[in-house]
Amino acid sequence: MNAEQAASQPDAAEPNTAIDAQATEPDKPKRWVGNRLPRREDPRMLRGSGRFVDDIPDPHAYHLAFVRSPVASGRITEILTEDAISMPGVVAVLTSADLGHPSLTAVLEREEFVPTTMPLLAKDRVRYAGEPIVAVVAENRYLAEDAADNVWVEIEEMPPVLSLEDLGRSDLPVIHDEAPDGVLVDLQMFTDDLLDDVLGSAPLVLEEIFRSGRVTAAPMESRTCRADWRDRDEQLVLEVSTQVPHQVRSGIAQALGVPERKVRVIAPDVGGGFGLKCVVGREEVVAAAIAMRMRHAVRWSEDRQENLIASFHGREQEYRIRAGFDDEGRFVGLEADIRCNIGAYSVYPFSCAVEPLMAATELPGVYKVGRYAARARGFASNKPPTAPYRGVSRPQIVLVMERLMDKAARSLGLDRVEIRRRNTIQPDDFPYLGPNGITYEPGSYVEALELCAAEVGKAGWREQCERQDGLLRGIGIVNFSERTAYGTATMGMRKMQMTPGFEVSHVRMDASGDVVVTSGTCGHGQGHETTFAQIVADVLAISPDRIKLRQGDTDVTSFGWGTFASRSLVIGGGSAAVAARRLADQLREVAAEMLEAEPTDIELVDGHAQVRGAPDARLTIDEIAATVHFRSHTLVQREEQLLEARGSADPPGMFSNAAHAALVEVDPGTGDAQVVDYIVIEDCGVVVNPMIVDGQVRGGVAQGIGSALYEEMSYSPEGQPLTGTFMDYMVPTASEIPRVAVHHLETPCDQTETGAKGMGEGGTIGAPAAVLSALNDALRDYDADIDFVPVRPADLLAVLEGTSNSERRLETA
Amino acid sequence: MKDQHLVSLTVNGREYELVVESRKTLADVLRSDLGLTGTHLGCEHGICGACTVLLDGEPVRSCLVFGVQADGRKVRTVESLSDGDELNDLQQAFSRHHALQCGFCTPGFLMLGEAYLSTDPEPDREEVREVVSANLCRCTGYQGIVDAVCEVAEMRRSKDREGTP
Repeated sequence: MNAEQAASQPDAAEPNTAIDAQATEPDKPKRWVGNRLPRREDPRMLRGSGRFVDDIPDPHAYHLAFVRSPVASGRITEILTEDAISMPGVVAVLTSADLGHPSLTAVLEREEFVPTTMPLLAKDRVRYAGEPIVAVVAENRYLAEDAADNVWVEIEEMPPVLSLEDLGRSDLPVIHDEAPDGVLVDLQMFTDDLLDDVLGSAPLVLEEIFRSGRVTAAPMESRTCRADWRDRDEQLVLEVSTQVPHQVRSGIAQALGVPERKVRVIAPDVGGGFGLKCVVGREEVVAAAIAMRMRHAVRWSEDRQENLIASFHGREQEYRIRAGFDDEGRFVGLEADIRCNIGAYSVYPFSCAVEPLMAATELPGVYKVGRYAARARGFASNKPPTAPYRGVSRPQIVLVMERLMDKAARSLGLDRVEIRRRNTIQPDDFPYLGPNGITYEPGSYVEALELCAAEVGKAGWREQCERQDGLLRGIGIVNFSERTAYGTATMGMRKMQMTPGFEVSHVRMDASGDVVVTSGTCGHGQGHETTFAQIVADVLAISPDRIKLRQGDTDVTSFGWGTFASRSLVIGGGSAAVAARRLADQLREVAAEMLEAEPTDIELVDGHAQVRGAPDARLTIDEIAATVHFRSHTLVQREEQLLEARGSADPPGMFSNAAHAALVEVDPGTGDAQVVDYIVIEDCGVVVNPMIVDGQVRGGVAQGIGSALYEEMSYSPEGQPLTGTFMDYMVPTASEIPRVAVHHLETPCDQTETGAKGMGEGGTIGAPAAVLSALNDALRDYDADIDFVPVRPADLLAVLEGTSNSERRLETA
Repeated sequence: MKDQHLVSLTVNGREYELVVESRKTLADVLRSDLGLTGTHLGCEHGICGACTVLLDGEPVRSCLVFGVQADGRKVRTVESLSDGDELNDLQQAFSRHHALQCGFCTPGFLMLGEAYLSTDPEPDREEVREVVSANLCRCTGYQGIVDAVCEVAEMRRSKDREGTP
């Protein structure tokens, strides 16, 4: 069912009149979950009264600018700051030594992992162009940048390690002494003694190499922060654009050696993150250190060039695959050697192992691959560190699996949908235990594939591909899963020293009957203020506009892990549901005393507590709230005061799934490729707000199309970044992104409080594979066999001119 | 040493006299001198369009205009769109079509949309896609933005038709 067609569109001006389709039917309770409720966040954003970090007024704050390394690799021999410090408005010019050499270290408790230290400011080595070396503090940003230009840093340049081809070259300098071979993590995740035999005797064996380019999340708001020391609270307060306030607090506490109590981290409105803001930025900790030291407010606003060349990247990976198939096109075995170029440092706190671990563990996806073994390594290079960018290895592994399906289909003369059908985990296989040790709970893998193929048929794409108008057209259909909402049990298997997973929410009702919910998740565009209110409203039987979510403040919420890995609605929202149920119990107890009934006979309906079967005996929730607060002396049966509850959630992690289809057009004259239509079938269990789910899907697909066709961080052979502006790093515009039709399937999850599964990354995960499959299909008459992204016009022209093969394209530099 | 200028400009109907350093951008004047922080800075090199405002009715990147260049001119920012709590038709359409997620780029798209709509266009989806391509959004995939602008173009035209005797 298409939510677009099926759902009513509530009036934006009167959000509380939005009625679920079910609500108009008698005997069914009104439910807010499932409703296209307009977002609570929208009015302030539309008025320009959202409050992002840089919008917080503080005319007296100092501004921070960083002197960054102009070279990719080298040894710092001298830093001269005298000229800079004498410039107008300059307050201080600080080096690593001035700050006492603070650093951050991400630790994974595995023998195969080598911990490396990331200094907040480069100490004696620089490891990528753009690495911060000196912090300049001045009265405003203009003056700070002026002075930064006048700091002299002498660097003895060394040849850089840039690409996976450079790895193992003994003529290149070691990046971290702790890892002389450049390998920061080497995981042999699964082994199978019989795999070689199986592959040796398989009728079809594909040996392939797949590559994906280095990209960056590029949220529209770059990183930014404002740090201030408050004597009264004995606290450093850091307002920062982050997805993970508590992790930033821990990073500051650990790097600067202060107790966590003395650090308060606040994320106000955050202008997008996509994983780039789910790790701790060294510049943010430097700002905190300087504010503590100077006892003066300091702010830092990363400019776009810094954001592109010196924040965090993702995705630079290579997969060497051996895959065996039987005569029917069924997998018999899969072997993967995965290499990730993780950049110069292991990010805090997740470490550089996030991408290799994800890749090796979840490569099989929705397919039954037979025997399986995977090795995944993370290599250091003289490029910026990689962070868990939206999708985290899954855009690559889906691309690998889907290209294998296409290639096997072609070799065996099978239909591309049919070969997927034969390999997909079937409905009666659930719960399915994969060769990767993961148990898959039910999903609609086959149904999604079939529905996607049917929608492609209905949309007339095949007819379009037959058109003879000079353009080449192709279709890609892909099928995949997305593991979401990893709880501590699953995260614990990664063996991170700091293991995320749970969330704790609090629900508090005030004397007027309104409710404040707090959660350690930290929304930044996903509409949590709306969806959390929907969940709690159903439990308490009050309108969601009486429920306000407070998040992103370590002094307001309990310790929590933040928003990443498609976890927030499931874990944060789930913990809010648990807390709300406890608060509902309290309301029932008070109502029972006031109405002289048993709590078990009280039901909450439409803003009231009433006796079941005797609806005339009822109280408004407001009356109960006022009584508890102002006239508690009349309640003799209560042992606790007030209306407050906490709840926690820590699910094991569950799989959403989706099938994507892309229709592309290629101009054979120019090599220009355009995605002209796109279909998504997605299943994230119970949908809390279809409008928001569709928005996450569409935005994700746009980012996936970006990495498939347009975006790549490029470097010169010397390691100089060549994509430091939005002229060079091409984030797609409205002209490059087609309409995306979204269709929902719903397999409720019995492991979560709301039946929902996470879904924040699926769009980005499926799109590169769908687009690449479609491009190869469009150029099928030219024997296209393109196994990398991004695919640029020159790559397509090379295929069209017959000068290409899948191996040709080595990485930049 | 600083090159300071006295400028007078009208922002959202209100007149201001300010002393502005020559190199200070209009965006920084609006944000830091006038406290109008709805105008956001996404790239500071004229590509993303988050800082789009109307200068004498025309859309400009306020990161590429110096404050002194606004001397004697009229500026409109996102703060001018709603009437108190009442959102205007384009703002309401953005919400209805889920044309914003994080909301950071939204003020720029609204001002771009207002400039386009002020030309009284025939609603044409492909034309709107091209207009909207002036700005970048990383969250939405643009569909809601295009839908919202198309819908308001249609609504304003039918309103005009009704209003014409």
